[in-house]
Amino acid sequence: MIGAAIDRLDGRQKVTGRATYSAEWPIERLSYGVIVQSAIAKGTIAAMDVSAAEQAPGVLAVITAGNAPKLPQGGQAGVNPPAGRALTLLQDTRVRYNGEPIAVVIAESFEQATHAASLLRVNYHEEQPAVDIMQALPTAEPYTKKILGQFEPFSRRGDVDAGLRDAAVVVEATYTTPLETHNAMEPHSTIAVWERDQLTLYDATQYVYGVKRFVAKTLGLRDDQVRVVSKFTGGAFGSKGSAWSHVVLAAMAARHVGRPVKIVLSRRQMFGPVGGRPYTVQRLRVGARHDGTLTAIDQDVVSSTSTFEDWVESSTLQTRMLYAAPNVATAQRLVRLNLGTPTFNRGPGESSGTFGLESAIDELAWRLGVDPIELRLRNYASVDPETGLPWSSKSLRECYERGAERFEWSRRTPAPRSMRDGDHLIGLGMATATYPAKRMPASAAATLTADGAILVEAATHEFGTGTYTVMTQIAADALGVPIDRVRFELGDSNLPDNPISAGSMTVSSTGPAVHAAAVALRERIRQAGADPSDVESCRRIIAAAAGAPLSATAAAAPGAEKARYSMHAFGAVFAEVRVDPELGELRVARVVGAYAAGRILNPKTARSQMIGGIIYGLSMALFEHTAIDPRNGRYLNADLSEYLVPVNADVGDIDVLLLDETDEHVNPLGVKGLGEIGTTGVAAAVANAVYHASGVRVRDLPITIDQLLAGSDR
Amino acid sequence: MTHMRSTSSVLVDVELLVNGRRLPLALDPRVTLLDALREHLGLTGTKKGCDHGQCGACTVHLDGRRILSCLTLAASASGREITTIEGLADGDRLHPMQQAFIDHDGFQCGYCTSGQIMSAVALLDEPCGPGEADVRECMSGNICRCGAYPGIVAAVQAVRQGRG
Ligand code: FES
Ligand code: FES
Repeated sequence: MIGAAIDRLDGRQKVTGRATYSAEWPIERLSYGVIVQSAIAKGTIAAMDVSAAEQAPGVLAVITAGNAPKLPQGGQAGVNPPAGRALTLLQDTRVRYNGEPIAVVIAESFEQATHAASLLRVNYHEEQPAVDIMQALPTAEPYTKKILGQFEPFSRRGDVDAGLRDAAVVVEATYTTPLETHNAMEPHSTIAVWERDQLTLYDATQYVYGVKRFVAKTLGLRDDQVRVVSKFTGGAFGSKGSAWSHVVLAAMAARHVGRPVKIVLSRRQMFGPVGGRPYTVQRLRVGARHDGTLTAIDQDVVSSTSTFEDWVESSTLQTRMLYAAPNVATAQRLVRLNLGTPTFNRGPGESSGTFGLESAIDELAWRLGVDPIELRLRNYASVDPETGLPWSSKSLRECYERGAERFEWSRRTPAPRSMRDGDHLIGLGMATATYPAKRMPASAAATLTADGAILVEAATHEFGTGTYTVMTQIAADALGVPIDRVRFELGDSNLPDNPISAGSMTVSSTGPAVHAAAVALRERIRQAGADPSDVESCRRIIAAAAGAPLSATAAAAPGAEKARYSMHAFGAVFAEVRVDPELGELRVARVVGAYAAGRILNPKTARSQMIGGIIYGLSMALFEHTAIDPRNGRYLNADLSEYLVPVNADVGDIDVLLLDETDEHVNPLGVKGLGEIGTTGVAAAVANAVYHASGVRVRDLPITIDQLLAGSDR
Repeated sequence: MTHMRSTSSVLVDVELLVNGRRLPLALDPRVTLLDALREHLGLTGTKKGCDHGQCGACTVHLDGRRILSCLTLAASASGREITTIEGLADGDRLHPMQQAFIDHDGFQCGYCTSGQIMSAVALLDEPCGPGEADVRECMSGNICRCGAYPGIVAAVQAVRQGRG
């Protein structure tokens, strides 16, 4: 069953509209909350006139800093980034970004609340905000704490200056990536229900336990007073990894009006208050000898954060481990802007970081006259060059080879503008993809019920990743029973504790716990004298126990492997672009991605996840860019007609190869995770292909027509 | 300062004909068809992605043609035939397009899926060319942020070719 390309087990629910997302729970006496946002980026609220809103039909309450309940520590009690974010909970009148929540209007209906929210009159003491990354660049400060509490904010091996002096060729360039807003299709939504002093939150989240603990702390409740339910989440990409302001505001509002409250953010409200990928400005210096041997890599990354929480886009991490260069230095610096706090966005760090690094390596290959794959192979790292640790497994060489073969890289003529099809310039480019294999402690329960069915439970999450499906496969496999005897339940903080579903670690964390619980149950069934695969015998032992179900729980956690091995997934991504030299129009006709990410539990869902990751990367390369008004920090393109993401017609052929890879060390299942790696490398592969097609090197994402036309004039 | 008298919530009588059922409702005239389905009728299969006609998640059929229910006032749909994702299957038997979406893994999170399927079913009766590029074009009003587009195209083509 493990390794079988079975259909999604939640497919039927999803194609019939019967999968219940968080805003869709039928709740008695439900009322509707609408958040009002600031219209300035920095300052204080001088006065707020709520009387018209309060008198509007159907309005139950208007909550502002003037009447909001005072929370412990000014609302900061749960702050512990990244698990607990610094939020805006109407505890004071400061404004720190445009679009920050300043009030919640609660009414009988959504229409009434929406209308009443438009009636608030607000006067501000406005101050000059800092919203332009390039202007603020001189204020960048080195980040000195561990990134996400785990990674050093800077690195140094060897002597970079000496390495650059030794180089025959040095590429020195600055690459930038813009603010990118996730825009999962499902808006962030929370329904808050109080029953006496017990709070239930139906929340669109990647982390039910995280929301539970954070909300409890923030409101001054015990953990056991908060339950979080999230059976289906409509896409997340990191944006739903944290509880944002609206989650706590829904709970506060529901208590205030004494009724359940539903808050669903509008699409516009998803720009700013719920994170996004920050700007990055990446200065790279890469040196090599004539033969292509790297002598030095230096990467200095400035990323933006808000004025009230440090979030670091860790774009330097892959630079430390990807190539066997003797001299490597990296640093992360932060610029504080009056914008919402950034957060994880698919392939956080590596997706933006590989754009810089893998573009620079391509520039170097061109300068040296060496094939880009050959250059990478000449600097292939056979151990982790930063730590000296062996890889738990690494099949990057095979990814380059198999990907190149499938893509027919050999048809590429090296010179820029050398390949044409009619009036179009054709370009072939490639880049390396990589993402660390992570794991966190997790737990699970498995229960044999009276009808012989097996219920397996873990408080993990389904937002398109196939969790229902692969966890069922893992459990069925361990028990030696067919898939249809197992039912997997997730998304409820009453189930066994599990980590955030992010960083490509759901299967590596929860999977081993599910496996262990299933094995434990299998042994209990055998001890009770039954055979797990024989339904009748299973029913008999339950009947003999007077109907009492037979259960087992298990926990699983990473061991010492992290100290002994460097653990990463790798891949090679190839892009073919067509550029119209007259119009600057760019199309990505074809992408091939070859990946080695340990064992693949379900090739069908895995392939979809990789395709989705690649499309997310194409989106970075070609479209995404959150535009900010430099005068007032307003999010200018805060909707889906102005903030571009790919539609069906934007996506050409995508071919995914998942290589067989056995990894005995990474975790008991031998999986490395797939959610992030597909996005990494894609933007660089496209930019490199664009250079090959047109001779224009684009170093600022997204790649737009004006850059292609301006570049070809030069 | 004087306050404008805010819109009072007068209700209008609406009779929605959804999936063959006649459903009388008294609604605020501002209620969209999308919110009528989701918030008043418990038919949450139709999704709200943008509320602005920009994503396709709310696609339903009105008199047999695909429309965006977020841009349609419920009152204006009164008496007309509405089909939603919940009305597509024949009891336990899925519509061939629903089955094809499962077979070709034409979705991940599932949030755009109702809209994609309603568009895809409508497309079968539209003058959409035979090729994959045609399908991509005809399906481009439905955004899928998970990037399930290749599977969606494969599903649509499988159904179209199956019908021969
Ligand atoms: S919700 Fe109607 S088009 Fe997006
Ligand atoms: S399946 Fe998630 S948006 Fe399409």
